Amino acid sequence: MSSRESRDPIGLAVLALNKLAQSELIDRIGLRKQTERGVFTATRSGFKVAGAASRAFTRGGKVGADGVRVPSANPSGIFDLTPGEDEQMLVDVVKEFATEVVRPAAAEANESCTAPDEVLAASLEIGLPILGVPEKLGGISEERSAMAGTLVAEALAEGDMGLAVAALAPGAVATALSLWGTDEQQTTYLPEFTGDSVPVAALALTEPTVLFDVLSPSTKAVKDGSDLVLNGVKSLVPRGADAELFIVGAQLDGKNVLVLVESGTEGVQVEGDPAMGVRAASLAKVTLTDVRVPASAVLGATDGTTYVECVRLSRLAWCALAIGTGQAVLDYVKTYVNEREAFGEPISHRQAVAFMVADIATELQGMRLLTYRAASRAAQGKDFSREVALARKACTDHGMRIGLDGVQLLGGHGFVKEHPVERWYRDLRAIGLVEGGVLV
Amino acid sequence: MINLETPKKHRALIDQAHQVAMNMLRPISRKYDRAEHEYPKELDMLAAMIDGLSESGASEGAGATGVRRDEKEEKAGVKNGANLASVLSVAEMCWGDTGLLLSMPRQGLGNSAIASVANDEQLKRFAGTWASMAITEPSMGSDSAALTTTAVKDGDEYVLNGEKIFVTSGERSDSVVVWASLDKSLGRAAIKSFVVKKGTPGLKVERLEHKLGIRASDTAVITFTDCRVPAENLLGNPEIDVKQGFAGAMATFDNTRPLVAAMAVGCARAALDLTRELLAEAGIEVDYDKPANLQHAAAARFLQLESDWEMGRLLTMQAAWMADNRKPNSLEASMAKAKAGRVGSDVTLSCVELAGSVGYSETELLEKWSRDSKILDIFEGTQQIQQLIIARRVLGLSSAELK
Repeated sequence: MSSRESRDPIGLAVLALNKLAQSELIDRIGLRKQTERGVFTATRSGFKVAGAASRAFTRGGKVGADGVRVPSANPSGIFDLTPGEDEQMLVDVVKEFATEVVRPAAAEANESCTAPDEVLAASLEIGLPILGVPEKLGGISEERSAMAGTLVAEALAEGDMGLAVAALAPGAVATALSLWGTDEQQTTYLPEFTGDSVPVAALALTEPTVLFDVLSPSTKAVKDGSDLVLNGVKSLVPRGADAELFIVGAQLDGKNVLVLVESGTEGVQVEGDPAMGVRAASLAKVTLTDVRVPASAVLGATDGTTYVECVRLSRLAWCALAIGTGQAVLDYVKTYVNEREAFGEPISHRQAVAFMVADIATELQGMRLLTYRAASRAAQGKDFSREVALARKACTDHGMRIGLDGVQLLGGHGFVKEHPVERWYRDLRAIGLVEGGVLV
Repeated sequence: MINLETPKKHRALIDQAHQVAMNMLRPISRKYDRAEHEYPKELDMLAAMIDGLSESGASEGAGATGVRRDEKEEKAGVKNGANLASVLSVAEMCWGDTGLLLSMPRQGLGNSAIASVANDEQLKRFAGTWASMAITEPSMGSDSAALTTTAVKDGDEYVLNGEKIFVTSGERSDSVVVWASLDKSLGRAAIKSFVVKKGTPGLKVERLEHKLGIRASDTAVITFTDCRVPAENLLGNPEIDVKQGFAGAMATFDNTRPLVAAMAVGCARAALDLTRELLAEAGIEVDYDKPANLQHAAAARFLQLESDWEMGRLLTMQAAWMADNRKPNSLEASMAKAKAGRVGSDVTLSCVELAGSVGYSETELLEKWSRDSKILDIFEGTQQIQQLIIARRVLGLSSAELK
């Protein structure tokens, strides 16, 4: 409640009545159908549990030595909108997966705030987590994979954004380790991602603060001997309760850094943080209280450059998700407005309706081109800070508009869960405010 | 491989166009905004230079005629050709001045129309002409079926009768591409375009319009009274193909819409560039990493404008790239025109607002650009016509279903 509100006597009476209505007494005498169960922590906040027991990652490699890096993509300098052959093959596979597996599972996953095991298992089979891992380290990446990652995220989100985030979360961590990890970090963690039992992992950057600025996180890392001690809260962390490894954004000596934190470390607590949308990603809040990690757990540079690059690549991935969901909206309303009749003809025959569809199609393609430009620059190792900012702005504003119009075009039918447009509406609101979680 | 950077091979051309825009067009921009209807004589020298460039091949085929789709055998692979070169250089020139670009001798929209639909013999015969385009009539704009200008075959000539308005460069051009109907009862399919040379008896430039913007460009009313045109000046196929309908004449638009979109992109970029500088002088700089809502409202607004602008720019490049690679681009051409057209207005008007009285005053060109940009959301198909085309394509509807 806003603090500007105050309760008068009637308000207080209503409040008392409300308390009574909530009491278990009514339930016990059967006055209300019991519908809620304290099942998944992911569907509720307020139940803090310790982080998942992380596996014993086998330490190895040389501390501080550079890890393996893949070269930047190097296109011929020709303006071209055609994906590479490998990229196209990958997209075709993921599209089929999104259509056949992801979309049918989306509604239930949204309700339960959980991604079904089969969907996640299939996503591992496709190789999603190792898309950005160098071939040398058991992955499939021969060169910087930001473009491929963007196309994959887009294709997945065409199925469902929440499930896409759930499926892409471990890959975000694996890609980050590939991009910035030392020899030790890569040797310790990446074999788990390229092996048979891929750990759940999450990139945690967002914090539960109004006007949150990802560039000044309140999570702090403080040096203590050869250790770092972390304190802070991260929100909207995908699959936080199951994650065995986090990459946490924090401030160290006034600079922003990424820190690897294993979930079993003392002081890591997780609670459900269900939100308006992207619910299938089992969003969670991660609280770090005096969490102690070795100083070598810092991922990448300590001068803030790795952190800001990570932020940009994560925003890029969210843009890709927005495009995928936007495409889902467009395809759905296209069919609907052509079939739905009013005043004796399909409503698509009216300009008021048809022009909304035209604008969805136009803005969506513009969002896609902006995002592709940022992605291809990232893949080429070029500065893409401006391009990703422009893409994010477009995907935030026009993406939300697409979600809004998607519901509007279906009228009352858009408002009920019989159709998926209300879910896409909720999902698209995430764009522009969530930081981290996914990365290409 | 996906890559949306400006192609390396076009960069020299674009730099050149930018130098011309900065050093030739900008200095005379305000002069011809004030002296409406005065012939910008400076352009003659420039046009000669552009002709020279195009003969030497240094222009990559860019220009009004760069929209022709050759049927010649081409080497395999992705191409960056004349269409892309044209939109990129047109955008640069409009960064200088849109009205002056539209006044460029031998670079009229009529030249694009000729390049789009003429056969090889006609192309040769009309090479070097400066052709304006006459479609609109006093009671007909977007609705071409309502066209009333007629063309009646008489021996080996057509006799034209009708009145055309909004003819860009109508006074200065040395020929006019006119849309006329061979048989009004057959609807759009009977609409053909004719190249009419200036000085042909019966062709009369009646008057010039006074306009909101692009005042350097003359906009004429032209009448045709028993105006006799050689039959071989009918562009394309003289047969009335009811099945193919309007497609022939309309094909021009698939080619010219990206050019007009490029004009909006160039004009809007002029406004963005100057506003960025003015805001910086006032202590406001856009931070691309910091969330927009945590920045000054003017910076956040600028970010939105720049983002929308870049969408328009990339959609325009996409449409041209598709034309270069012989992919049908009617949908994408309209998307580019629709987006760039509305963005052109939003950007230029918002920049005036952001710059306050400095933007509104004639001391800067911001107010001028916000007047120039408006036409770009109107001619070569209004915003609403583009939306219609896009909607029909996306929804798979005919013009009878979605009116």
